Amino acid sequence: MSAFTDLTLTAALEGLAKGDFTSVELTRAHVEAVEAARGLNAFVTETPDQALKMAAESDTRRKAGTVGLMEGVPLAIKDLFCTKGVLTTASSHILDGFKPPYESTVTANLWKAGAVMLGKTNLDEFAMGSSNETSYYGGVVNPWRKPGDNKNLVPGGSSGGSATAVAARLAIAATGTDTGGSIRQPAAFTGTVGLKPTYGRCSRFGIVAFASSLDQAGPMTRTIDDAAVMMRVMAGFDDKDSTSVDIAVPDYRADLAQSVKGLRIGIPKEYRVDGMPAEIDALWQQGMEWLKAAGAEVKDISLPHTQYALPAYYIVAPAEASSNLARYDGVRFGLRVPADELADMYAQTRAAGFGAEVRRRILIGTYVLSAGYYDAYYVKAQKIRTLILNDFTKAFESVDAILTPTTPTAAFGLGDKVDDPVSMYLNDVLTVPVNMAGLPGLSVPAGLSKEGLPLGLQVIGKPFDESTVLRVGKAIEDAAALKQKPEAWWRAA
Amino acid sequence: MSLDKATVAHIAKLARIAVPEQDLPGLATELSGILKWIEQLDSVDTSKVEPLSSVVNATLRFREDNITDGGQRDAVLANAPVSAQGFFVVPKVVE
Amino acid sequence: MATLLHGATGEWEMVIGLEVHAQVTSKAKLFSGAATEFGAEPNTQVSFVDAGMPGMLPVINRVCVEQAVRTGLGLKAQINKVSVFDRKNYFYADLPAGYQISQYLQPIVGKGTIILDLAGGETREVGITRLHLEQDAGKSLHDQDPSSSFVDLNRAGVALMEIVSEPDMRTAEEAGAYLRKLRSILRYLGTCDGNMEQGSMRADVNVSVRKPGAPFGTRCEIKNVNSIRYVQQAIEYEARRQIDIIEDGGTIKQETRLYDARKGETRSMRSKEDAHDYRYFPDPDLLPLVVQDGLIKSIAESLPELPDEKKARLVRDYGIPLYDASVLILEKERADFFEAVAKGRDSKLSANWVTGELFAALNKTGRDVTDSPISAAKLGGLIDLISDNTISGRIAKDVFEIMLETGKDAGAIVEEKGLRQVTDTGAIEGVIDAVLAANADKLAEYRSGKDKLFGFFVGQVMKQSGGKANPALVNELLKKKLAG
Repeated sequence: MSAFTDLTLTAALEGLAKGDFTSVELTRAHVEAVEAARGLNAFVTETPDQALKMAAESDTRRKAGTVGLMEGVPLAIKDLFCTKGVLTTASSHILDGFKPPYESTVTANLWKAGAVMLGKTNLDEFAMGSSNETSYYGGVVNPWRKPGDNKNLVPGGSSGGSATAVAARLAIAATGTDTGGSIRQPAAFTGTVGLKPTYGRCSRFGIVAFASSLDQAGPMTRTIDDAAVMMRVMAGFDDKDSTSVDIAVPDYRADLAQSVKGLRIGIPKEYRVDGMPAEIDALWQQGMEWLKAAGAEVKDISLPHTQYALPAYYIVAPAEASSNLARYDGVRFGLRVPADELADMYAQTRAAGFGAEVRRRILIGTYVLSAGYYDAYYVKAQKIRTLILNDFTKAFESVDAILTPTTPTAAFGLGDKVDDPVSMYLNDVLTVPVNMAGLPGLSVPAGLSKEGLPLGLQVIGKPFDESTVLRVGKAIEDAAALKQKPEAWWRAA
Repeated sequence: MSLDKATVAHIAKLARIAVPEQDLPGLATELSGILKWIEQLDSVDTSKVEPLSSVVNATLRFREDNITDGGQRDAVLANAPVSAQGFFVVPKVVE
Repeated sequence: MATLLHGATGEWEMVIGLEVHAQVTSKAKLFSGAATEFGAEPNTQVSFVDAGMPGMLPVINRVCVEQAVRTGLGLKAQINKVSVFDRKNYFYADLPAGYQISQYLQPIVGKGTIILDLAGGETREVGITRLHLEQDAGKSLHDQDPSSSFVDLNRAGVALMEIVSEPDMRTAEEAGAYLRKLRSILRYLGTCDGNMEQGSMRADVNVSVRKPGAPFGTRCEIKNVNSIRYVQQAIEYEARRQIDIIEDGGTIKQETRLYDARKGETRSMRSKEDAHDYRYFPDPDLLPLVVQDGLIKSIAESLPELPDEKKARLVRDYGIPLYDASVLILEKERADFFEAVAKGRDSKLSANWVTGELFAALNKTGRDVTDSPISAAKLGGLIDLISDNTISGRIAKDVFEIMLETGKDAGAIVEEKGLRQVTDTGAIEGVIDAVLAANADKLAEYRSGKDKLFGFFVGQVMKQSGGKANPALVNELLKKKLAG
């Protein structure tokens, strides 16, 4: 059984293709793993019956000779994707009981390619958080622990459940969404691969919106090859999303065959942030060496407005969120706290339905858009975005990809940062600029900290150049050759 | 910008989120802290910069004028906390 | 025309501006594929986008954009090649997403003009400030249940054009003329059906008063008035209310008011008491709306003849009075009807009959010219009988009444009822002789200088002939006989 759950996506596809095992067998192993890992709290909703049914259908299709690009592969789906007839919560109390009568485009693409759904994964409420601790359904536990230490660590966020599901071998791969680092930061914290595609690459249709101008769905996997396969299936033009871009989706896996030889890799000095641990800097240096050894050219670049990305993000994202979350009003779906008057029903429902972090961001967002402050905050932040985008555009005139650390630290303890919003926000200081500029960004596991926790490097690419990003990631993956995986301590517990 | 209690109460009302009176001071301090941290942006001269409208370098795409949706009242109402006679039902609104 | 109101402290001038919400004629909604048809069962024309369901996204309808451009061109307005959709954030039960997608800082259409047709053929220009596209809200029903309101989202997301005028109007009549003219332009263009009863055209009315020549006063906005008559009544009431307040030493509070048609008065809207802060910002689900030159050009080339052009042409080609022309052009169908009648006939006579007898008859029965009981061809037939002296104008009115009732041809009625005009000189002379004989005293008075009695004799002769005698012949023969 552990053999099945240790399979990578590409290995599983090969095994299924050769007839070594069926999707039902593969799926059952994962269903059992999910059940045995409830202590990690990675799933809000498990869908074992649906999983086995989908697996059986996949086996039937395979027998009939119809084989999709992810035929028979069991996946975990972040509970921000609407799934038809299956509870979709965004890990918020306010979506109590919500069963969408529709399917998100990205998950529909995955099912069309033959994939199987194991369940819906836990996340920070409405994807607002960097530790998964804002979930109404409780925090997710990182499968990694410091060797010899029983302290539970956060898996990062907001796609913490998906990251944990992939790292703990509960699912072969998972979907995530990334608004300011929500795929890459948990990927780094759990030793997995997470790719945030170019804005417009994956359809946002059917994904519960957090900040519409920043949100992107992407794959979370254990290898770069897996990410390449899954990315191809998730991506694609969708006429139901006005911001979806009609541009051909390449065969990313085939593109991985090309080496990084001759690629110019930029190293932005501004990403060496104050107080960054020496081991992060060392890992970054190591990454440069690996890429140089693989034939890439490494050069210093400057992205001078980097430090302003995070504060600007904390204007733009809450502003959009305050508007996007106005629809949660107790009228058409989800929680309603009864009251005699409409206005009171709204206020009571939203006070009870949203957690503290979501309320905080809605209030910030409401404030920065309100009369008299709009220009000073929102317009200012959008101008900063222009400067950040210009920085990247200029940098990409002389480099093909950019290498940085993904996070300033390794995973921290549950509860360590919940009382200080700004220090929690600083988790995303290295990932947010990528969202502000709409670029593709990848986190690839590159090593372990002194304490034995995973660390990731981030590769940033030109718009719609996920292929190059993945190639650079592959070179790092190959060079790092990490074999460690978290011990399955939760099974015993 | 430091927010006072009254401002927090006002934006909470705009956002339709009930905030108990005793929570206002704490919330004001918290939000002020975030805003103060955001204000580092003031040091950037953006007087000659255009605000970003979208990172997607494109314009709005048109849909054709065809009826492709609707006729699904049960699905529309299926998740409603309260509905009756084909309507969503809400507490009385006084115009 | 009196444009001033009289108050205790002298004369006052009203200042009026209108914001009209016109439903765009389209099959599907502005950002979803649900139908727009009026009168469907509740919530049957609702997509998940319209219901503000999580993860749903707007995609714009091409035709709605084209209709806005067409309307802009019809209003001789500037078309903005780049415009932006913003979110207008507020909470209301029939606003599912918690925001309305609208255009705030960069509307699709800029400044334009409307020419009002006033009484007596006078005209007056009113500026259009802007036109923008936005979503309609749903409908809340408050009378179904004592403690709850019922929400129907069929209208939610239907495309509206908000057309904003400059505060250029000074009387309630001008506001009425503005709405009538705007409605006919929209109908000519086919961009809005202008049906105020069904709510496809609603007006928000801004009213203030001032002493002539003084700066603008504080205005009140009367929301969602749904007939031209009510708009005029609401303006009259509101202006008088404001004058009374100011003259009593008070000041006007800027506020949103509601017109209560039953009571004939405006009142403050409770639900709008809170000053709104709509927190507009560009909708991140949408990109800038770009209208290409080619599209503008092709729409411009396909524009129909518009009311003002038609008016000028009717005056020029048919020689009819300006006022008649301005009455005819209000509805394209009326003008078409007139042109069908006037073709090959006396145009002034045709205009008189169409704008006079026919419109009066239609008004009385509440019909449109499109379902007139008398077709253009039949009315033309009647006019032909007048022109060739088969019947007199007076008899024609009787024939017209019979046509209205029976739908028969004028010619058939004339034959059937023996109404053919008498032009036989001998026969008319016989009647004259008889009349003169029966009124020997009056004849003597006439001949002794009381000329005014001529009319009496004409009347008697016409009466005796059953109205059928040719009036011109009667005049001519009578003059001779009276002279002796």
